[in-house]
Amino acid sequence: MPTISRTKPKTTWFQVVIHIFGWLPLAWIVYAYFAGKLSVNPIQDIEQQLGHIAVYFLIASLACTPLYTMSGWREPLKRRRALGLYCFMYASLHVLTFTGLDYGFNLQLIGGVVLKKPYAIVGLATFILLIPLAVTSFRWWQKKLGRKWTNLHRLVYLAGVLDILHYAWAKKGDIFRLSGDILRPLLWGLLLLLLLTLRIPPVRRWVSSLRQKSARAA
Amino acid sequence: MEQKLKHISVPSSEITPHSLYLSRRDFLKTAGIVSATAFLAACGVNLSSTTGTGSGTQTPTQLPTKSPPVPDNARGLTTDELGNSLNTLDQITNYNNYYEFSTSKQAVNPLSKNFKSTPWSVEVSGLVQNPKTYALEDLLKFNQKERIYRLRCVEAWSMVIPWTGFELADLLNEVQPMTSAKYVHFVTLMDKTEMPGEGDPLYPWPYSEGLRLDEAMQRLTIIATGLYGQPLPNPDGAPLRLVVPWKYGFKSIKAIVKIELTETQPQTMWNTISPQEYGFYSNVNPNVDHPRWSQASERRIGELSRRPTLMFNGYYDEVASLYTGLDLRANY
Repeated sequence: MPTISRTKPKTTWFQVVIHIFGWLPLAWIVYAYFAGKLSVNPIQDIEQQLGHIAVYFLIASLACTPLYTMSGWREPLKRRRALGLYCFMYASLHVLTFTGLDYGFNLQLIGGVVLKKPYAIVGLATFILLIPLAVTSFRWWQKKLGRKWTNLHRLVYLAGVLDILHYAWAKKGDIFRLSGDILRPLLWGLLLLLLLTLRIPPVRRWVSSLRQKSARAA
Repeated sequence: MEQKLKHISVPSSEITPHSLYLSRRDFLKTAGIVSATAFLAACGVNLSSTTGTGSGTQTPTQLPTKSPPVPDNARGLTTDELGNSLNTLDQITNYNNYYEFSTSKQAVNPLSKNFKSTPWSVEVSGLVQNPKTYALEDLLKFNQKERIYRLRCVEAWSMVIPWTGFELADLLNEVQPMTSAKYVHFVTLMDKTEMPGEGDPLYPWPYSEGLRLDEAMQRLTIIATGLYGQPLPNPDGAPLRLVVPWKYGFKSIKAIVKIELTETQPQTMWNTISPQEYGFYSNVNPNVDHPRWSQASERRIGELSRRPTLMFNGYYDEVASLYTGLDLRANY
């Protein structure tokens, strides 16, 4: 009986860091709410903070593969699921805050916003895209879907782009005219662009070969 | 237009006596919820108080024909003319859209702590008979009034603020606009060392705003020099700012150094950044959305649930005549 396959994978420091960062923002928001550290418009505050954190985790999950390509370090590849699920957790809380706390589940008001306003349409689309990815993120689904699983999970690239648009359009300003309160969505957008570029097969192969060359030289 | 006020019509059966309204309000406050119900009750109060004959004469379909005028001397009052409670000084000075300091509403207060608002002068120029540069002290000699106004931000939150200030009309009458003057242009101080946000290259600084001359002459348009009986706090636009309560908050430009009368419609900062989104008029209008955000409802700071946004922010009777014949959808 092979014993190797039965040993549980060892918990790594990287994993621990991810789980700490996964729960810290939520703990902070809960603490800030009860300690009165939120602004005088706490619902909007919570809604926006949850949204920001979801963006950070989405970008982090998309950074794993490029990080591996550049460094050859395999660990991040194993943490994509956790990062993606944290993104989904914060995105869900963000949507729940919007519909419940902000709009009191008033479907008429929510409909007036969600069906008409590009920022909300794009935000909802992002969330809907994330649902099947979160549901099928477990090994059982991965095995069951096989090749299809990989294709399905490529939807995360689209979710990333839509998410940045949602972020930019929720701000006062015009990201396409580089004017107004758009600096942060712009920087996150540029980072996303870089991460997606590093996945284009020729770019990826080129970066990989550079790494291998420099490893041999050293 | 009249039809668009439908949502504030109140059947007589729902009109609450003032004393009952107050006790209900207390109850709701205790519960931590001042809901849309309280808002309707507030309308009920002003209906019965303006008709003077009590609620019995109201037919269920009757619309409020006249809201009570905004008092000139509101010192000591705890609500606006519609019965809305004042926001606290703490709320008013710690949640500010003032991009000259920061795009974070909470960061404006600490960043503006050392802002030097004295000495201060305002240049009044352009198409006027008597151009003059006024020292702050001279402006404080104009008849100062205490006005409680609702402030509705384009971001769909609102506050109720007890301003001190003088009617802009008093100042304009003194400098005497020429007959060719059609608009008033306002400009904020440009000083990157005092106002660090003005170093941000993504904005066409300095902040500027504009009004049509008749809007500027409307009695509700004031230059605020204080709030809660004290000089205007730095995060609210010290030492003086415009307040136009029926327009979105960004029209009420802060820390003004220049007022210029012009013949053509002046450039404004937000209109320059995004003309299709921030029109020159920017009147509070629940029926005309900002292209990206709904304007149908708002959250009053301190309340949990949303309340419906009122046409012209509830100043319909005072200002609707300014826009007779104007398509408010095209002129947003």
